[in-house]
Amino acid sequence: MRPRISAGIWIILALIVLFAVAALLAPWVSPHDPLRQSLLLRLRPPGSATASAGVFPLGTDDLGRDLLSRILYGARASFAVAILSVSVSLVVGTLLGLVAGWFRGWTATLIMRFVDAMLSVPAILLAVLTVAVLGPSFVTLILVLGFTRWPRYTRVAYASTLQVAALPFIAAAEMSGAGSGRILLRHVLPNIAGPLLVVATSEFGLMILFEAGLSFLGLGIQPPAPSWGSIMSAGRQYVERAWWLTVFPGLGLFTLVVCVNVLGDWLRDRLDPRSAGR
Amino acid sequence: MGRYIAGRLAQAAIATFIVITIVFFVMRLSGDPTLLLVPEGANAAQIAELRHALGFDRPLPVQYLGYLNDLAHFDLGQSLVQRAPVWLIVQSRIPYTVALAAGALVFALVTGIPAGIAMAVWRGGITERLLSAVVLAGQSLPTFWSGILLILLFGVSLRWLPTSGADGPASLVMPSVVLGALAMSTFARMTRISVLEELGRDYVTAARARGLSMGAAVMRHVLRNAAIPVLTVVALEVGNLLAGAVIVETVFTWPGIGQLAMQSIFARDFLVVQAIVLFVSVVYIALNLLTDLAYSAVDPRIRGMA
Repeated sequence: MRPRISAGIWIILALIVLFAVAALLAPWVSPHDPLRQSLLLRLRPPGSATASAGVFPLGTDDLGRDLLSRILYGARASFAVAILSVSVSLVVGTLLGLVAGWFRGWTATLIMRFVDAMLSVPAILLAVLTVAVLGPSFVTLILVLGFTRWPRYTRVAYASTLQVAALPFIAAAEMSGAGSGRILLRHVLPNIAGPLLVVATSEFGLMILFEAGLSFLGLGIQPPAPSWGSIMSAGRQYVERAWWLTVFPGLGLFTLVVCVNVLGDWLRDRLDPRSAGR
Repeated sequence: MGRYIAGRLAQAAIATFIVITIVFFVMRLSGDPTLLLVPEGANAAQIAELRHALGFDRPLPVQYLGYLNDLAHFDLGQSLVQRAPVWLIVQSRIPYTVALAAGALVFALVTGIPAGIAMAVWRGGITERLLSAVVLAGQSLPTFWSGILLILLFGVSLRWLPTSGADGPASLVMPSVVLGALAMSTFARMTRISVLEELGRDYVTAARARGLSMGAAVMRHVLRNAAIPVLTVVALEVGNLLAGAVIVETVFTWPGIGQLAMQSIFARDFLVVQAIVLFVSVVYIALNLLTDLAYSAVDPRIRGMA
């Protein structure tokens, strides 16, 4: 019997949805234009109010831009990069894993050796090098993260495909004349989706951290476009005078990643009871 | 045993070769690698001259063979920015990153392993709940955030520790804790599972039946057996620490290879960046190889699985 969804998980899900909705509705819920600068309103503390420009609930940054608005738009960047890069690596990794697990032999050897090699390059370093070579941009970021993170999916898809392919219903489908492509997509894929979902969830949290990390280093989303990482990077030099520039974006990032990680652990325990509690 | 070692060595050699090849192609992704290396403001003639001098006007296969040949002779090229051999530049920074990674590893081991044991022994209690919250935090904290917050607290407000740079052991404390937090969580999780598995075995019941207290049973019997799976992840974590150093060294202006990588990117000194990526990858592959070989020496069942 599957465990009921606990109150804690509902709270986690609600928080993730809240972040997602805030990111989606950023243009409508932001109190100010995230790019609008005002030299007279530089580094105002949270809650500052002015007669002309209104209230700045989380204060302003070094260029007088509203921090709350920038954080809301920054959430868009986080979600967009994480969703797109996870999609790229999920599709690439799963296809390669399906092919390796289905055809076995030298195809599998070739693919899995490449996977081993990819897993032995620290992904963040390869991403740093690639972004630096290509020049930072939104598209580069997604392609780089997508194409450095696929091997984990391939490993899981390969192992699961080997297991599923040995089951009688696959032999039955083969005997009834279904081709490899059809069997893989219609019969194998639905049966290996669970473990892939677990990997995708934990990767989603990692991609949010990677995007923020690369933007912090100046290799991700480029200023003036807001990203949690670049807000913190700019706020770093004012940290003694303007703590809010570091504390709030970091708090958002930390909270979102905690929620995604808890959800990932819960999904894994639910889909694979043997690993419960790991 | 001999066959296992030979197979594992071949696997590591193939991985190294593939990594070297990936880096070769990544460096050429932008089309013309000369543009990555010329100083800012060079004119077309200077660029063409440099392209020829570096051999980037040769056909790709020829460039590739030349690159393999250079690496085989341990020649990582000359830095055009610093006008010095790349390897000398990288080498001078390695001790700092090793010190930082060692500090982070020590922190992660001395906090993570006891935490994992406590979580297993006091399963279901308040101790486990508190510690799992710490483990979750360690897993989810962005190092560039926790780093700045620690600097603010211990460096700026309390003035207990230096905020940046590398002046003696005190300046190693904060970067080590920040970098080691993720590894701490991994060790705690692994230790917890491993100890839980061992606690369910008959020899523990037998030891308890002989009148040994829980603490004595854990110390005398369980830890020895539970340690093996934990030790296997240590090498992997060292590789992650070296990669994570890029951000932590930037936050704390720690003069290791991570900071060097970032400085070299912004100074357009790409041969240095290339050398750092190659170096860290090779260290990572070697650590994994050593772990697998050590593991197979301890546990004969592994050898059949390669």
